[in-house]
Amino acid sequence: MATFEKKRGKASPEVSTASLPDIIFMLLFFFMMVTVMRDSELKVDVNTPEATELTKLEKKSLVNYIFVGRPKIKYRDTYGTKPRMQLGDKFATVADIPLFLEKHKAKLPENQRQGITSSLKIDGTVTMGIVADIKTALRKANQLKVNYSAGKRVD
Amino acid sequence: MGKTSSRDRMKNEVNAGSMADIAFLLLIFFLVTTTIAEDKGVLVRLPPWSNEPPENLKMNTRNVYSVLVNADDQLLVRGENMKVEDLKEATKLFISNPRKEADKAEDPTKAIISLKNDRGTKYKTFLTVYNELKAAYTELRNDESERRFGKLYEYCSRAQRDEIKKILPVVISEAEPTSFGDES
Repeated sequence: MATFEKKRGKASPEVSTASLPDIIFMLLFFFMMVTVMRDSELKVDVNTPEATELTKLEKKSLVNYIFVGRPKIKYRDTYGTKPRMQLGDKFATVADIPLFLEKHKAKLPENQRQGITSSLKIDGTVTMGIVADIKTALRKANQLKVNYSAGKRVD
Repeated sequence: MGKTSSRDRMKNEVNAGSMADIAFLLLIFFLVTTTIAEDKGVLVRLPPWSNEPPENLKMNTRNVYSVLVNADDQLLVRGENMKVEDLKEATKLFISNPRKEADKAEDPTKAIISLKNDRGTKYKTFLTVYNELKAAYTELRNDESERRFGKLYEYCSRAQRDEIKKILPVVISEAEPTSFGDES
């Protein structure tokens, strides 16, 4: 018969676990800094197409976002199913683009305004009519740097 | 029983091991719900707006490569039907013109790609076509930079890239879309 030795009393822990949470909190703060809290709720369904010629948008502060797609289900009663544009966090028309660009520009210092890029997040099923109108409005407002948002396609 | 002396209470240490569990839970929550927002896309520089109508490119000259996309997402390249998969190679052939054919570009600096959509073309098709055209330039630029500097275009220095940009400029001219197809 094997004899079992009962361990008497609690073995004092050699590794102090008190510092583990500190490490975890550090990691947590890292993620909180690196990830982005979305400031505008997406009201349209946007499924961007895939492409291979992609460039990353470096500075988030220099980017303004234009969303184009069909309204999400909960907005379909009021806004229909035809593709619409969302500037920031509300629905808008092409005529609202200059004001939207100005508002974004005003938040930035003079020397950075050259680097402003407009990120167009457009759903793949949207037709080019509205896209062409948006491009014309951007050209008229002298916003020439445009980035068509797309996912990475693996050929 | 009921009485706990202050000495007993001082001996009780808070078990810090469960704090780690709570922190792990919070961490996993953050990992799952947020995204490291990576915004990528096809970078395009729009031409400046001018109130005068743009001068019409003479479509039939050897230096102009016309790509038309209709509302059914079909391509018509220089009058011939073409599939999107073949566009990149055909465009590369046009720009680089290795056999010096008379119907292709004289010189890569003179090559102009003219893209025209219809208002009814799907955005997905437009972006795929634009991507293929850009990819044609990228591959040509990579070939050139490998020949000259032994590395890919994106790894070259600014001066080296400017050199290659001069001999292979990206000239994609977009015309006003036609409105033959259904727009919605």
